[in-house]
Amino acid sequence: MTKETIKQVVLDIISDIAPDEDLSIVKPEVRLRDQLSLDSMDFLDIVMELRKKHGIEVPEADYVQLASLDSCADYLLPKFLAKASK
Amino acid sequence: MSSKPRIVITGLGLTAPNGNSLLEFRANLLAGKARIAEIEVRHMGKHPAGVCDFDATKWQKRKEIRNGTRVGSISIFCAREALGSSGLDWDKVDKSRVGVYLGITEHGNVETENEIFNISQFGNDTKYWTHHHNPRTVANNPAGEVTMNMGITGPHYTIGAACAAGNAGLIQAAQMLQLGEVDLAFAGGVSESIHTFGIFAGFKNQGALGAHEDPNKASRPFDKNRNGIVISEGGAIYILERLDDALARGAPIIAEIAGWCINSDATDAVLPNPERQAECVQMALKRAGMKPQDIQIVSTHATATALGDIQECTALRSVFAGCPETKVNNTKSFIGHCMGAAGALELAGNIPSFEDNWVHPTINIDELDPECDMPGLVINHPIKVEKVNAILNNSFGMLGINSALIVKKYGVA
Repeated sequence: MTKETIKQVVLDIISDIAPDEDLSIVKPEVRLRDQLSLDSMDFLDIVMELRKKHGIEVPEADYVQLASLDSCADYLLPKFLAKASK
Repeated sequence: MSSKPRIVITGLGLTAPNGNSLLEFRANLLAGKARIAEIEVRHMGKHPAGVCDFDATKWQKRKEIRNGTRVGSISIFCAREALGSSGLDWDKVDKSRVGVYLGITEHGNVETENEIFNISQFGNDTKYWTHHHNPRTVANNPAGEVTMNMGITGPHYTIGAACAAGNAGLIQAAQMLQLGEVDLAFAGGVSESIHTFGIFAGFKNQGALGAHEDPNKASRPFDKNRNGIVISEGGAIYILERLDDALARGAPIIAEIAGWCINSDATDAVLPNPERQAECVQMALKRAGMKPQDIQIVSTHATATALGDIQECTALRSVFAGCPETKVNNTKSFIGHCMGAAGALELAGNIPSFEDNWVHPTINIDELDPECDMPGLVINHPIKVEKVNAILNNSFGMLGINSALIVKKYGVA
């Protein structure tokens, strides 16, 4: 599991919840909200899909960590690695 | 109602199991073409059902479809198609003066059942319950989705009226226009009920779920061997305006709302009461300033249940005795019971009669139940009549709600 893999995991989720968006132009360092039409319900969808598909929990206090693809990767990588090691 | 503003229909959009436009729907009704599918119902196996195949992406983004409800998509499709038929320049319409009034039999069963199934895959842990549940299941959902899609800022709500809901939506809109609450109304009925097993199971355990080896013959009101309801989805949404407003903008006037009545049996939760039904029809006639012989077509509610069909026939015989020219038909025999959409769709299927003078039949009658025999019942084949100036549209529902809506040809005294 790498940060690039995590970014793809998040992009795959976004492609499901925001199927009208062109994800090929997403810049990893820019806030997702600033480049895609995503609202608070969509971010809750991202949290839910991480939980359902990958067994990853994101506490509400950490939602800000999902702002960009880069921040997602930084925040989620330890969680994915911890889960893989179990 | 002569002192109140006259209300006219100036637009119509629909999706039915056998048509996604009035033109297609009407052609299939006159051609005797039913279209009932066989679907897999959760926990229950295969059952006949009326399924609509409109293209939801015509008017919605895929994200809207994903986050919304099936009935929301049906409503948006019908409302947008109605707008397209109305000649309105939408950019110039004051959206704060537009109302959305949609009849529903029920709402929220589909979404709730889906979530119960969803969390059952996760040990019934409610942390997997979707946050979309509440906006999807609030009772105003279908009307609210229309306002969000179309930028309408006037009032919106649904009218819960069991299977009388299609008429009830139209009646509500007419009343709001007469009160001056809005200048333009999107109104009718919608349903997504084929996606809830609870409705199927409820009817089945009530002994009222229709079945036949040929799904297209499963819905057969008035036939001696009828065995219950075929559940369907669908929608029909009309644009209503005050006559003066419609004339001022040169609107295409499809028909005029002439009179209506909603009353209650106050007798039984499921068994209809023909006396109250007859009173409902008589009051609608009185309010329309009409006599029974002024009605050329009676669009029946009959759902193909053993008792319900007989009760409605009893009611109609009592009102229309001595009206040999009044024709009686049934649209559920083609499309099943579209629940909240039923009344609105069944009226829509008859409205072209004002122009072409054809009356579509009730089909699937192999052996007419003598207890459902009525003069004027149009059986299996359409007939041409001299004129159609007025249609009575019956829609009845559980808890004893009855609705009768009379629509007349515009320009006829």
